[in-house]
Amino acid sequence: MTSPLEQKKIKIAGPSVVTANRTWDGIVVYRTAAKSWSADLSEAAIVRNSDEAKALLAESVADDVGAIGPYIAPVQVGADGKVEPGNLREQIRRTGVTIGQPVQV
Amino acid sequence: MYAYDEIDRTLVNERVSEFRDQVKRRLSGELTEDEFKILRLQNGVYLQLHAYMFRVAIPYGTLASNQLRALAHVARKYDRGYGHFTTRQNIQFNWIKLAELPDALADLAEVGIHAMQTSGNNMRNVTSDQWAGVAPGEIEDPRIWSELIRQHTTLHPEFSFLPRKFKIAITASDHDRAAIKIHDIGLRLIKNEKGETGFEVLVGGGLGRTPFIAKTIKHFVHGRDILSYIEAILRVYNQYGRRDNIYKARIKILVHELGIEKFSREVEEEWQHIRNSSLQIDDEVIEDIRSRFTYPAYEKLPHNPDELRQAAADPDFEAWRKNSVAPHKNPGYSIVTISLKPIGAPPGDATAEQMDALADLADKYSFGEIRVGHEQNLALPHVAKRDLPGLWKALDKLGLATPNVNLITDIIACPGLDYCSLANARSIPIAQELTRRFANHELANLIGRLHINISGCINACGHHHVGHIGILGVEKNGEEVYQITIGGRADESAALGNLIGPGVKFDEVADVVEDIVEAYLALRERPEELFMDTVKRLGVEPFKERVYATR
Repeated sequence: MTSPLEQKKIKIAGPSVVTANRTWDGIVVYRTAAKSWSADLSEAAIVRNSDEAKALLAESVADDVGAIGPYIAPVQVGADGKVEPGNLREQIRRTGVTIGQPVQV
Repeated sequence: MYAYDEIDRTLVNERVSEFRDQVKRRLSGELTEDEFKILRLQNGVYLQLHAYMFRVAIPYGTLASNQLRALAHVARKYDRGYGHFTTRQNIQFNWIKLAELPDALADLAEVGIHAMQTSGNNMRNVTSDQWAGVAPGEIEDPRIWSELIRQHTTLHPEFSFLPRKFKIAITASDHDRAAIKIHDIGLRLIKNEKGETGFEVLVGGGLGRTPFIAKTIKHFVHGRDILSYIEAILRVYNQYGRRDNIYKARIKILVHELGIEKFSREVEEEWQHIRNSSLQIDDEVIEDIRSRFTYPAYEKLPHNPDELRQAAADPDFEAWRKNSVAPHKNPGYSIVTISLKPIGAPPGDATAEQMDALADLADKYSFGEIRVGHEQNLALPHVAKRDLPGLWKALDKLGLATPNVNLITDIIACPGLDYCSLANARSIPIAQELTRRFANHELANLIGRLHINISGCINACGHHHVGHIGILGVEKNGEEVYQITIGGRADESAALGNLIGPGVKFDEVADVVEDIVEAYLALRERPEELFMDTVKRLGVEPFKERVYATR
């Protein structure tokens, strides 16, 4: 996985969010407009150009205690404003493994 | 089993205290993630897609029943009730919380288990034959030497910051179950013409982005010199191995670029400086390690007891026995492989309940000992033949008697995109679908020995290069695409598979494998001709034609 710190040139092709894993327990989180982290994608701050993305990522990287490994991930925003992950990897991170787990959680 | 001494116990306990303090400082912000990352990796803690992943070492694949119960306890208390056995005799927990990791490590330390050497650019957990010490015809128990190397390399400062990770595997049998030819160093225990114990040393094997089969660097190194010879290899690697490019940092690249002759000369020169140093092993050291391995007090039991003869009338028992039970060096006993590949389930996973129950069965039937193999199965190494029917019934109740060991549904697969942050494509669902396609045991038996290996990215944790059928998942234009190879193998005749053609989509993989298998069944000269023999005889072309004729 490319480190966000190595993402020197940030280009985004559409609406994006910053996602990471929460430090104390590792769960998937998204950077919010309130400069915090949320496990709910619908609360993520949406960025639509490179400057916005760069600023949101810089702010996220600075919050090293809250979450680790932040990076920019694509999302799709529906006509109704509903936000969905933009690729399979992010879909899996959001909804969990695509296989049955040996033990029901 | 190997009994840890006071030094081992102190080391493991001190490690827990140290990591507890490091985690505390990380969570308080005193340590940044950049500072902490190397520390967590040195304790087996990765960050994956959904959570932290905790990899625990099972040195040379040997577990005592109380240790397996401790792993079950960690799965239940700190994770989601299951663990995943890997291709290098480790177990991984996928959902663990950083804040609770020190407690999990402390619980494991009580039974002598730790996570050292499971990640980072250091010497990794030394692996060996899961049948070590019980396989008929082996030179001697390779775990004695594995333990020697473990003791020497654990936290060794010179080998804690290598250019990249470094893996050693040891076998002592003609048939290589430890996959030594795909390791950075492979050691094959042999006797010389004087009857002295030593090693054929192979170097530069590995899979990943640039796969190589290891080459023999020295045909015989005396046992007393093995540490100095390994150290000489590591010193040459440490000096010349590339640190500027992660993709070229493994020793296999150095061996390839220098050539085995030049690399060998460098090692020889270094070795002459250190071979007569304190690295030379006294017989007493080996004997001390040997004495700390305890072996069961075997009874003299019949080779073909009544219980076994009677059970043979049950076709289900016979199907299981034929594939799961192997000869033991003691004729009244057997080695039993326990398939962790039930039809439709993720390969290598075991629930806490299964682990606890297996620990009980190990106590009842296998002198309290369990083994872990790189094929992601477990084994009970000392089962009396008279107990095989009883064990089978108990395993069946636990869902652990799938009679598919070494058959097409005994699939090796990495966690893939369902868990792994490096993966480009899913592995487990592919494996699950394939096990359903070939669930019919008569069909699987008709096909015979056939290993499928699946990796979800080029890093090749599923060892796809050496699968009889190898499946590599990649990402192309946002879609999962799978490249198929055939003809690979990981044993003493290790070879890399050959690509059969363009990649196929997720939904097509099982169909393609079915086509390959149907082609094999049609092309083989006789039922005894195994898949690998047919591929060797005919090459890739007939399989390629079959797969792509209609695609």
